[in-house]
Amino acid sequence: MNEFGTQVEQLIPRLRRYARALTGERSVADDLVQDTLERAWNKLHLWRRGSDLRAWLFTIMHNTHVNQVRSRASAMLVPLDDEMHDAPVRATQSDMLEVRDLETALQRLPDEQREVLLLIALERLSYEEAAKALGIPLGTVMSRLHRARERLRTVLEGAPNAGASLKVVK
Amino acid sequence: MSTLPITEADLHAYVDGALPDARRSEVEYYLERHPEEAGRLASYRSQNEALRALFDPVLDEPVPQRLLRRPPTLMRYAAVVAWLALGGILGWVAHDFGGVDMRADMPAWARRAAVAHVVYSPEVRHPVEVAADQEAHLVTWLSKRLGTDLKVPQLSALGYGLVGGRLLPGESGPVAQFMYQDGKGQRLTLYVRTNAGDTRETAFRFARENNVGVFYWLDRKLGYALSGEMDKQELLRVATAVYRQLNP
Repeated sequence: MNEFGTQVEQLIPRLRRYARALTGERSVADDLVQDTLERAWNKLHLWRRGSDLRAWLFTIMHNTHVNQVRSRASAMLVPLDDEMHDAPVRATQSDMLEVRDLETALQRLPDEQREVLLLIALERLSYEEAAKALGIPLGTVMSRLHRARERLRTVLEGAPNAGASLKVVK
Repeated sequence: MSTLPITEADLHAYVDGALPDARRSEVEYYLERHPEEAGRLASYRSQNEALRALFDPVLDEPVPQRLLRRPPTLMRYAAVVAWLALGGILGWVAHDFGGVDMRADMPAWARRAAVAHVVYSPEVRHPVEVAADQEAHLVTWLSKRLGTDLKVPQLSALGYGLVGGRLLPGESGPVAQFMYQDGKGQRLTLYVRTNAGDTRETAFRFARENNVGVFYWLDRKLGYALSGEMDKQELLRVATAVYRQLNP
């Protein structure tokens, strides 16, 4: 059990990174991480040792997030927290604009597309791992990933949307 | 090059570095002849880099204390163990000094069953010594050690599958513990001991040690204690089914 605890604690920074990108707010993200950890402890006996703990935790976080989004009212008050404002930005003026654009564009993606994109691009899960974590077929992962990337590209570069579905290009 | 058509999925896998070498070369060859596609993929790649640049600094932030707190369920677990251990020590001390059972409402063997439940049911790696896939061996082995023919109740109709069983030391010899688990991971244990000459039969008795409910009864040669962290009604439902199966 201690071994489990140590492994979980080592993964907390990564859970926080993913939650931050997913929710866009530090306090909301840490609430999500906290709820995820509590659920993980309660379901500890369901985790099979030797299986990928990180993927298991992402699955729990996904389920927790889906439940919270469902139950949350459309508007949500976030406690004022000074820390929230020191966004991790260390860049030049022009880069900052892009960073803000990226954050905004990311938050405007539909939840299910943002999840796929972040698990793959940020957390570097394989497509199969992402499919398992989210409980969706591999084909759905690919089409959501494609739509997310095209949407970001359209917003950030003003590129024409090349079409929302997977296609054979040759 | 002979190859399967390049798909959109290949292009994404190329961006994410997920293609085998051979396929990657094919995609590169394709991109040389389709610069607009190469541009699109470069854009995806810079999205990956920008996302990491934006959120990787979170990894270096100190983790808020509230995320490192000890989970309440573990505290509860520790409390149960401490409580049971204390009860055991007090009971033993009292017994030693005047033969008074501090907890006369619950016999020592049933309390041992509750302790065994608390100790083994949260176990991840070794919840049982012999798993349910070797059920025949499990029954033969435990029957031999307890010196009597044991039966393992089948509780799948009630939603509890057999996890397996183990041998434990009892007060005066070996005892058996069978573990069951439902679809949500809720675990039950059935503790079976021999009664060493005592051939009484008793009604179901119920006791609760903090979160662990225990139904226990004597049935001629054997004593049974069914433990679980669940409400009395649910536990009674299972205990009744166990009793019926053992006394058809």
